[in-house]
Amino acid sequence: MIDLSTLTIKKAHEALKKGDFTVWDLAESYLKNIETKNKDINAYLEVFADVMEQAEAVQRRFADGTAALLTGIPFAIKDNILIEGRRAGAASKILADYVASYDATVISKLRKEGVVFLGRVNMDEFAMGGSTENSAYGVTKNPHDLERVAGGSSGGSAAAVAMDGALVSLGSDTGGSIRQPASLCGVVGLKTTYGRVSRHGVMAMGSSLDQIGPIGKTVEDTEIVFNAILGKDRYDSTSQDAPAFSKHSGTFKVGVPFSFMNQGGIDKSVLDNFNETLEKLKAKGIEVIDTPMPNLEYSLSVYYVLMPAEVSSNMARFDGVKYGSLVKAKDLLEDYTLTRGQLLGKEVRRRIILGTYVLSAGYYDAYYHKANQVRALIADDFRKAFEKVDIVLTPTSPTPAFKIGEKSADPISMYLADIFTVTANLVGVPALSVPSGIALKEGKKLPLGIQLTAPHFREDMLFEFGKIVEDLKSTS
Amino acid sequence: MITRKDIEKLADLARIHLDDSEKDTLASEIDAILGYVVQLQKASQNAPEKSDFLRNVFRDDMSPHETGIFTEQLLVASPDRAGQYFKVKKILNQD
Repeated sequence: MIDLSTLTIKKAHEALKKGDFTVWDLAESYLKNIETKNKDINAYLEVFADVMEQAEAVQRRFADGTAALLTGIPFAIKDNILIEGRRAGAASKILADYVASYDATVISKLRKEGVVFLGRVNMDEFAMGGSTENSAYGVTKNPHDLERVAGGSSGGSAAAVAMDGALVSLGSDTGGSIRQPASLCGVVGLKTTYGRVSRHGVMAMGSSLDQIGPIGKTVEDTEIVFNAILGKDRYDSTSQDAPAFSKHSGTFKVGVPFSFMNQGGIDKSVLDNFNETLEKLKAKGIEVIDTPMPNLEYSLSVYYVLMPAEVSSNMARFDGVKYGSLVKAKDLLEDYTLTRGQLLGKEVRRRIILGTYVLSAGYYDAYYHKANQVRALIADDFRKAFEKVDIVLTPTSPTPAFKIGEKSADPISMYLADIFTVTANLVGVPALSVPSGIALKEGKKLPLGIQLTAPHFREDMLFEFGKIVEDLKSTS
Repeated sequence: MITRKDIEKLADLARIHLDDSEKDTLASEIDAILGYVVQLQKASQNAPEKSDFLRNVFRDDMSPHETGIFTEQLLVASPDRAGQYFKVKKILNQD
């Protein structure tokens, strides 16, 4: 029996190379685990029927010497990323019958590496939410406490890794959708620099915000996956290669926007753990500098204008004509309105209506234009901060995993869960959530996470500093 | 103040049918969200009118792929088709 709980990509790769186990054995171990755990956790929407055939097909690469680091590594894929010939539904009823017409660029890249796709995992419908409660296929539960959410929108991607139902996974992040569930489930999640990874073949939500990224148990695992999926792509005009930069050297200088942290609404367990982490970093000789970023407090307001505006445009393509399901009515207009009214979920409808409002004549200047102006101010806060520090640190989420149903009746309280994460999307910088400890709530050990933010294209600094944070945890 | 009538207008524009009960809930929820984001008015006071923070990226409209090579692959995903076309209901009525 393979010990999945301590397995990493490099360990798996070594074992596969030495022949300690085969790709087939590895895939089978994960499938068994999924079979036992998924009925309670609901991370997977579908486990692919051909996993063992996929394993069989890539095993030969270990025999003929063409195996790459990711060959045979079992992946879970978020349900909004297209894999040709397989169902992809963004956990929405409107795509209940949709079969992907082509591979997303990230999928073609992983295919070349020879990974094994275990299945597609749950999410908030069209990635709109922070708890996976907005899935049309039921909530994903937190592997650390089944009464609590796994976070979202990539709740399935995070829970799949946390329950050892996949070694690594892909998610998408528009306002924290990779980092927040990673934090709540006790795993590592990376939101990549805007443009660093092609979005071709991921269902668009907020096109100036969306990014694809990996989730894994260790910083190194996310780094390996990141290196396999990055790069400019002719099919995504916003993608680009990183400009040349010199590698970071010496000790890290870390910035913390303390005034932003102390504005209330943050759980005591989160603040205590964050301060403890800072103390441990200082003990290692890392300089922690109070870094005022006065416009961060407006991030959520900016986000909840720009994101719905972009959502309302992107969701226009779901009309019951080109793909997905259709509710047949008396004329074309009613075909549109009933298909969209009945098959899109409540949160998706809410965001489309809100986005339609902020973009409508007479309100565009008051909302959309002003939000863009303040977005530039927030970007400037980061630019100034990175003149003095290498990394900006905050908690990832203001609370540990919350109870299922606790926030679903009040959209604003749910939106507040994104307070620390939306900024990276607004500015386009990369950010990494790393486990930083646990909070005890009602006798349950709930994971906490710390968020590292670096300048554009400096994922390398996130990985380097992320490994330092990881080591703090293991030595405490 | 967002009224039920406003929501109906927005739903028409967005091509979404809403039940009556949802119109009232949405009116109060959207009111609350707009109440929250009102701080942007103040925050933007000192902001430059324009910035070069975001730009659009375009490509030249050239080198298209050969006509028809993806047609079948895409049409097969549609809920209703007629041969090489998407099938939709008549848009203009006689009456």
